[in-house]
Amino acid sequence: MSARTRLPLFLVSAAGLAALLGFGVAGLPAFGDYHGPYGLVLNHVVLAQRHTTNVVAAVVFDYRGFDTLGEELMLFAAVAATALILREAREEEARQVVDSVQSEPVRAAGLAAVPVVILLGLFVVAFGYLTPGGGFQGGTVVALGLLLVYLAAEHRAYRRLTPTQVVDVFEGGGAAAFVALALGALLGGLAFQQNFLPLGRIGALTSGGSIPLLNWATAIEVTAAFVLLFGEFLEEVMVERRPG
Amino acid sequence: MIPLQVAAIVLVGAGGLAVVLARDLLRQALLNSFYGLQLVVLFLVFQAPDVALAALAVGGGAAPLVILATLAKLRAREERRR
Repeated sequence: MSARTRLPLFLVSAAGLAALLGFGVAGLPAFGDYHGPYGLVLNHVVLAQRHTTNVVAAVVFDYRGFDTLGEELMLFAAVAATALILREAREEEARQVVDSVQSEPVRAAGLAAVPVVILLGLFVVAFGYLTPGGGFQGGTVVALGLLLVYLAAEHRAYRRLTPTQVVDVFEGGGAAAFVALALGALLGGLAFQQNFLPLGRIGALTSGGSIPLLNWATAIEVTAAFVLLFGEFLEEVMVERRPG
Repeated sequence: MIPLQVAAIVLVGAGGLAVVLARDLLRQALLNSFYGLQLVVLFLVFQAPDVALAALAVGGGAAPLVILATLAKLRAREERRR
């Protein structure tokens, strides 16, 4: 197609698209307009029903905990599939590659930040159901803190710190703990994933019944999943850089 | 909508456009991580701190790393071929 025929064709379709978009935007509800009853109802009942100050966490780990179970297993399956495709017996080859950071200031500042970032991640997990945060967010931060070891030092140090066999156990264990907590309620004669622990004092770390346990199970699974994912990707890069 | 929210939306729009228009892959990957951070600001000014935290960890950290690692592998492979 020549540029001459292309331009009119583009202009006509762009005008059509612009008209459609304008029509759609003009028909949007007003900003902040909300008609769904559930959000408003939950805002009113969560504190009394679950003693959880972060409504989002109560929704994620309790009211809609079933959705989180699905997401949890989705992440597990995605990382397991990545490992299945990328994990070969090439660990030894990758370990021959030396990629140490040469700059001392970068090394020192980066490694000093590792415990700080990990602590921040643990904080985001631990208080996830009291203030904004939670197992997913905090778990990702912890994994990124561990990854700083690679960024500030070297690939081999990251792998030594996160041995695959150990991380595998945590990844499977976290997902299994989530499922076990959901099934555990059934054994007690309750509904699947029903909150079965004492609700505790509002604002305390022990509040929310089984929400803290589901939160930590998620954190363990997410941390391990991301650590494994980073490890597999880094190994792919290192194998390409191997000497010879 | 308050001006801060309008500014955040405009920034996200500009950021998304910049990612699409970038031709160099490395530049695009870096712009994409900046775009992830702009989304964090957007979620924060729209009072969704939980979502902002998730976007910060995934869009600003984990996703760019996976993309950069892929680019590094492709580059290293190209260099080996030469």
